[in-house]
Amino acid sequence: MRRDVAAIAAAMLAVGASFGAIAVGAGIPVWAVVALSSIVYAGGAQFMAVGLIAAGSPFAAVFAGLLLNARHLPFGLAIGDVFGGRWSRRVLGSHLMTDEATAFSLAQPEGEARRRAFWFAGLVLFLAWNVGTIVGVLLGGAAGDPAALGLDAAFPAGLIALILPALRDRDTRRVALLGALVAVVTTPLLPAGLPVLLALTGLTVLFLPRRRGHPPVPAADSALEPAANPAPEPAAGPAPELAANPGAVPRTGGRVATDAPVPGREESTC
Amino acid sequence: MLIAVIAALAVGTFTFRFAGVALRDRLDLPDRVRQLLPMAAAALLAALAATAALTEAGAAAGVARPAGVLVGAVLAWRRAPFVVVVVAAAATAAVLRLFGVP
Repeated sequence: MRRDVAAIAAAMLAVGASFGAIAVGAGIPVWAVVALSSIVYAGGAQFMAVGLIAAGSPFAAVFAGLLLNARHLPFGLAIGDVFGGRWSRRVLGSHLMTDEATAFSLAQPEGEARRRAFWFAGLVLFLAWNVGTIVGVLLGGAAGDPAALGLDAAFPAGLIALILPALRDRDTRRVALLGALVAVVTTPLLPAGLPVLLALTGLTVLFLPRRRGHPPVPAADSALEPAANPAPEPAAGPAPELAANPGAVPRTGGRVATDAPVPGREESTC
Repeated sequence: MLIAVIAALAVGTFTFRFAGVALRDRLDLPDRVRQLLPMAAAALLAALAATAALTEAGAAAGVARPAGVLVGAVLAWRRAPFVVVVVAAAATAAVLRLFGVP
C-alpha cells in the first residue's frame, strides 16, 4: 500500500509543480498559488480557477470550482467513518479527502486497514501536492510538462487499478459501468463536474430487475442538494430516497472492499 | 477580489467534504442503504477515471492518453502490481507523444 501511495504521490508532485508554474505564469501572486494548493486543495478546481481568474471571470471560477468539487459530499458519506469521532480528526480528514485518498481507502477492507490507508494516503498526497506546488512556483517554466511525461494517463489508470477489486462484485460493476457511461456521454453537453455527479444514476440499475411499485428515481437529481436539505425526509438525498425501496436493495452487494487481499498486491502491507 | 475567490472556493470545497462526513452520522441510515454508499463512491471514481481518460475540456482527448490508460487497465485486470500499472500507463502515453501521436 505504501509503495502504491508513493507512486501516486510522485505523480502528484510533478502535476503540483506544473500547477505552481502555470499559476505563476498566469500572473497569480505566489501567496494565492500556495493558498489554492493548501486551503482549497482540489487539483481540478485549482487548474480551472487559475484559468478563469486569468481570464477575468472570478465568479465563474468559484461556481465552476465548486461544481467540480460537489462529488466530495458522497465521498464523505461513503468513507466518513474512518475519521473516528473526534472533531479535530473529522475536520482534518475532510480536508485531506481527495479522489485518490478515497480510492486508496475503499480498496482496503473496512476497519483498521481502511483507517490507516486513508490517513497515510491523505497526508502523503497532501504533502506531495503542496511541495510540488512550491517547487513549481520556484522553477517556473522549467517545471516541465506533465503531458510529456504521460502523467495525464497515470491518474485514470491508478484509479482504475484501485476500483477494479470492487468491480469484481457484480452489482458494483453494473452501477459503476453505467455511471461511467453516463458521465462520458454527458461530458460534451454539461459543465465540468456535473457529468461525474450524474454517475450516481448508475445506482438505478439495482432497481431495474425487480420493481416493487416505486418507480426508480435517478439518485443524482437530488444528490446535489442534501447539503441544503439535511432533514431525513424521503426526498432529501440519495440515501433516504433509496430507503424508500428497501426490497430492491441487494443484501450482500455494495462492499467496495473485499476481505480477501488484493491479488498481486499481497506483498504490500500498510 | 482574488482573496474572496480563494476564500469562497476553500469554504465551499470544505463544506462539501465535511457535509458528507457529518450527514453520515446525522442520518440514521439502515445498513442496507449504508452498503450502497461504497457503490456510489465506486461509480463516481469510475466516472472520474473514464472522463479523465477519454475527454479533455469537454471533447475527445486524443489518442496517447486513452491508449496509455488502456494499457494500464489491461495490466490492472491481469493483476499487475499497482506501480507497474501507473508507470506503464504514463510511459505508453509519453512514448506515443514522443512519436507525435496527439
